[in-house]
Amino acid sequence: MAQTKVIALTGNQAAAEAMRQINFDVAAVYPISPQTELMGFFAEYVANGEVDTEMVAVDGEHSALATCIGAAAAGARTITASAGPGIAYMVENMYVASGMRVPMVLLDVNRALSAPLSIHCDHADSMLTRDTSWISIFSENAQEAYHNIIMAVKISEKAMYPIIVNYDGYIVSHSIEDVEILDDQTVREFVGPSGLHRIPYPLLDVDKPVTYGATAQPDYYTECKYQQHVDFLKVYDIVREVFDEFGEITGKKYDFIEEYKTDDAEYIGISMGSSFGTLKDAVDRLREQGKKVGAVKIRLFRPFPVKELAKALSKAKGVAVLDRADSFDGIGGPLFKDVATSLIQNENRPYLHNFIYGLGGREVHEEEFIKAFERLERLEKGIDTRENFVEYLQVRE
Amino acid sequence: MAKKRPIALLSELASHKETFGGDMPLAPGHRMCIGCGIPPIVNEILLAINEPVVVSNATGCLEVTTGVYPVTAWNVPWIHVNFQSAATVIAGVETAYKVLKKKGIIPEDKKIHFVAFGGDGGTYDIGFQALSATAERGHNVLYVCYNNEGYQNTGYQKSSATPIGAYTKTTPVGKEKVGKQEPRKDLTMIMAAHGVPYVAQASPHIFRDLTKKTKKAISMPGFKFLNVLEPCTLSWRFSPEDTMRLAKLAVETRYWPVYEVIDGKYWKVNIKPKKPKPIEEYIAAQPRWKHVLKYPEILEKIQKEVDEKWRLLLHLEEMSKKLAEEEGVDYEELFKVPED
Repeated sequence: MAQTKVIALTGNQAAAEAMRQINFDVAAVYPISPQTELMGFFAEYVANGEVDTEMVAVDGEHSALATCIGAAAAGARTITASAGPGIAYMVENMYVASGMRVPMVLLDVNRALSAPLSIHCDHADSMLTRDTSWISIFSENAQEAYHNIIMAVKISEKAMYPIIVNYDGYIVSHSIEDVEILDDQTVREFVGPSGLHRIPYPLLDVDKPVTYGATAQPDYYTECKYQQHVDFLKVYDIVREVFDEFGEITGKKYDFIEEYKTDDAEYIGISMGSSFGTLKDAVDRLREQGKKVGAVKIRLFRPFPVKELAKALSKAKGVAVLDRADSFDGIGGPLFKDVATSLIQNENRPYLHNFIYGLGGREVHEEEFIKAFERLERLEKGIDTRENFVEYLQVRE
Repeated sequence: MAKKRPIALLSELASHKETFGGDMPLAPGHRMCIGCGIPPIVNEILLAINEPVVVSNATGCLEVTTGVYPVTAWNVPWIHVNFQSAATVIAGVETAYKVLKKKGIIPEDKKIHFVAFGGDGGTYDIGFQALSATAERGHNVLYVCYNNEGYQNTGYQKSSATPIGAYTKTTPVGKEKVGKQEPRKDLTMIMAAHGVPYVAQASPHIFRDLTKKTKKAISMPGFKFLNVLEPCTLSWRFSPEDTMRLAKLAVETRYWPVYEVIDGKYWKVNIKPKKPKPIEEYIAAQPRWKHVLKYPEILEKIQKEVDEKWRLLLHLEEMSKKLAEEEGVDYEELFKVPED
């Protein structure tokens, strides 16, 4: 088993440490809260020669991703990071990166979208990236963010798809926790050396000229997108493979979802990111009252863990999907729709309800999640009625 | 009835190895218009570079006509990301080259040049921020604007390179407004103000000048910018065989001065027409613009802009010589092209 040491770090410090250990070839950076200090920490490593990375301080997030696409297509191991509106600004190029099948890592330090302007956490930014065919992984805490970044490099390069590692702005990025750090050598051996031919057609292999980013007319566009579709479904196996390999080396075994006391649970809450700890506390308190409740955390958000979720929820009577973003469409939050769709083939479908929480950095407490479970139970039993699938959990009306 | 031609499968296409026009960086068979000025500009520039080159391209005429799935006209590594990112993307490629060389993955003696091509829409307008930032960061790349003074790929809308009075689809000639209301932006001057090692204006009809400027540009480390006038047969509405004639007229009327700037402070005007032709001659050759001949006040503005800019350039050139003398720099030596 790999050597580790425990250090007190913020999420951003842990992410910068992972970046240092991986020793990316190129990092494109542009400041935006709460991501900014991450690249500040990393810039120190660059300035002190602790990494070989060429850091490019660009003119905006759109350019950050364009730089990464150029560098990654050239054959370099590449990373950028952003948050909220910066992610929104990147989205055009996100489709380009995945469409051209260039691997790279993007850290999304989750932040709300304007208006009103908020620098604080919710998942609206990440929800914008849902359909970009980027692999997307959520982290509950600094430890997971650190591990996810290391695994992301390998997943992305094996899948030839770009990848997002999400961790909650401020709640994770700026909170200090104990983080178990692997030794440099273990990390570098795990991700493997950089080099032109990690990808099949690097631009810098000038003796074999290739064309990246051609136009496709109606006669070929569909076939290109179909290949993207087929290959994106292969990502499940690649993620599992990398998770397993990482588990063997570190002893920390990850899965697409994490289940907590779901075996006999009648009512299950689902969330992503930092709120999962609070959700588990709510489960514990309700269990003390004799309620059979459980919780599920989504770690792999894209591709969505349809089968795993369908199985985890197969015996539940009711499921509360906790969305840290709203879709404003009369149907429900983004996660709610994904969970509902995942249950289509289940014989016994649980009663589903959607709660929107934690928008723009609103703190969430176990009392509120307890309320959500209670409301779910009353709805499922027909005691309460509802006008809509979606309700705001914390709001002054 | 004609038999429908089957469309090849992607897997079949991937196995094709044939290339055509292998000695040309941009091979024949692309889909640019007859008489388009872009292919000669691209090939004049890329043929002037003897070492390997990687090209990035902004969305636009050149891009949509040369890499159309499943074929490509590019015999050099080529990448297109989107409209505004040609400068940034080539900067990304160049950064990868730099770091992979530092890591010993690319051999130390492997010289590769990096060239970006964009139209004036992708350069003057939507890609301007990216261009300016790439220049400021000093990436070792050559950015080439093929300037056809409007968004020609989308059917001719105004850009900030479109001259005053010119018809475009977004600046029509109406009862209240005659064509574009504002004079063209002088991007070459703006790029010179970045203080980058090399900035130049050129015209495709003077092959030697464009070749020389390319060679000069790539001999200098850092960011270089070439603004090349590209008369557009389709939108300017002249006959396809007249492209080079139009380019020549632009220079002979001093509408498009051919000059170069080193380090943003030494200016040299390369061609000084002794008897400049009147601007009317250039305008009359372009149906997109010739209506202004009926509007003396617009014509006057155009001539004034041309004359003032010309005088300014001559003054800048004189000033540069004095500056060089004061600094003990050999002015003529500054503009010499090193041997290959």
